[in-house]
Amino acid sequence: MLKLIGKSLVAFALVLSAKSYASLEIVITDGVDSARPVAIVPFKFEGTTLPNQRIADIVSADLMRSGKFNPIAVTRMPQQPTNSKEIDYQRWMKQGVEAVVTGTIREVGINRYAVRFELVDVFKGASGGGSSSAIIGGQLTTGLTHVLDARETTISGDQFRQYAHRISDIVYEKLTGERGAFLTKIAYVLVRDKADFRYQLVVADYDGENEQVLLRAKEPLMSPAWSPDGTKLAYVTFEKRQSQIYIQDIYTGRRSILTSFKGINGAPKWSPDGRKMAMVLSKDGNAEVYVMDIATKALTKLTNHRRIDTEPSWSPDGSKIIFSSERGGNPQIYSVNVASGVTERVTFEGEMNLAASYTPDGRGIVMVNRTNGQYNIARMDVESRYMQVLTRTYLDESPSIAPNGSMIIYSTLYGSSQVLALVSMDGRFKARLPAANGRVKSPAWSPFL
Amino acid sequence: MNLNKVLKGLLVAVPVLTLAACSSTDEVAATDANTGVTTNQVVEQGLSAEELLRQQLEALRQDNTIYFDFDKSEIRSEFASVLEAHAAFLRARTNITVTVEGHTDARGTPEYNIALGERRGQSVTQYLANLGVSAGQMSVVSYGEEKPAVEGNDESAFSKNRRAVLVY
Repeated sequence: MLKLIGKSLVAFALVLSAKSYASLEIVITDGVDSARPVAIVPFKFEGTTLPNQRIADIVSADLMRSGKFNPIAVTRMPQQPTNSKEIDYQRWMKQGVEAVVTGTIREVGINRYAVRFELVDVFKGASGGGSSSAIIGGQLTTGLTHVLDARETTISGDQFRQYAHRISDIVYEKLTGERGAFLTKIAYVLVRDKADFRYQLVVADYDGENEQVLLRAKEPLMSPAWSPDGTKLAYVTFEKRQSQIYIQDIYTGRRSILTSFKGINGAPKWSPDGRKMAMVLSKDGNAEVYVMDIATKALTKLTNHRRIDTEPSWSPDGSKIIFSSERGGNPQIYSVNVASGVTERVTFEGEMNLAASYTPDGRGIVMVNRTNGQYNIARMDVESRYMQVLTRTYLDESPSIAPNGSMIIYSTLYGSSQVLALVSMDGRFKARLPAANGRVKSPAWSPFL
Repeated sequence: MNLNKVLKGLLVAVPVLTLAACSSTDEVAATDANTGVTTNQVVEQGLSAEELLRQQLEALRQDNTIYFDFDKSEIRSEFASVLEAHAAFLRARTNITVTVEGHTDARGTPEYNIALGERRGQSVTQYLANLGVSAGQMSVVSYGEEKPAVEGNDESAFSKNRRAVLVY
């Protein structure tokens, strides 16, 4: 037993709260022109101990990364108002700015800060504004219609980053009508070729900050998948010289083995209710899609074909699983009804389609499409079967969709290294997230947290 | 144990193996290998059973990789002799097991490549089984695109990464 423990310590190390030094930068390659100009004015600070996080910078970066907004530089701002009353609307109109966020940070105690912000519609403000009753922050408030939101909250010094993402969520939702996904996380695999433990499973905020290494391993790590409640990851390891599926709690670091069958144990994906795991096993000699009841470990085999069946992914209502299958020759996407087992082909365009997943509204399917030998991210409308190739990068793989359906993160080749990249669901906004140190692959976007 | 079968296996295996390893130590054995009677001589020269096994394994490890065409898992005819040598050894040494690692190039998706790598590994074990190797001596592990033999993203690198490796 002791020997076993010793062995597993050699094979991997559990590490929490450790920096992996991969820090993801962002390089926007497409789509700035179509983004809406907004301004996040630096928040005025009242107090003595300056907090080390700049809220306006974080909100600006969030909105820019969304692809929908183009926050103007501070140097281009005609003035720096701290609340809606100080705004000179005509000057902002001339700059073409649609909306302005102002705010103040007041030091109210040791490590306590009152943060107040306002989101203001410049066009409404310019046309004289007006007053009305509205539900703001859950309370009926009589306010000015050009002030789209106004809140004050007290936070501690280590909550600035998180609260800034919260402000971004509010601003994004008010201006687009769609829920923001700035308080989400991304899991990915970092490969550092020269490191002793080459493979690292990393969880970071969606913008690459607050990286935590969950696992270091000498053998490959693959296919991290989030539980629907955002507390656990399922993933594949090879630490025992064979593939195994593990489940790990990202907060306690505790992990347990889910499957260790002969052959492939791969491609885990939690059901929307969190009780089942779709997966690929080849214990009977050939890669097939199964569903396992996580509590009882009872298995249901969903495919049975001598050609490859792999990469299962659930429909948002949990009734169907789409998967990649070679049964028609080259791999294409098929769908199987979980209850009835009735299977139908989903994609017909392109030389190959792989690694499909539903958009959160269930109306689209995002996948890796091969056309003329190029592997790119594509989106298909379920109803019309209209397929649109979204990216022009090289060797794209592992697409994962933001929980609000606005953006896809995927792995691609840039230069000679694997990096993460972003593309908006309409394909207009594109960005690269080059890592400072190592190759990055298998991104998985968390659910809303 | 069926001695006759073992000897037969060695007669097939060792000449191929020693040829593959002729750059190593025993020049006499390598030359004599052409006559097909090396087995007896090596034993007479006083090599222990362990030493013989070590040399055989070393020779097999020199030539243990089967390469594949893009998205294919069929064994190309040029690898018949390599696999025959491994089969002969495994038939003679029924207590030895081999793991066949299946690999792919970087194109396609990671999980699809896991399945493709497994199919390549299975092509090798099926080939060996057809040559009389017992299924219980062989296992397959697929690493897909996760452990490339060479870095790089051109056809020259891809072709070296589409492989199955016999690991003892």
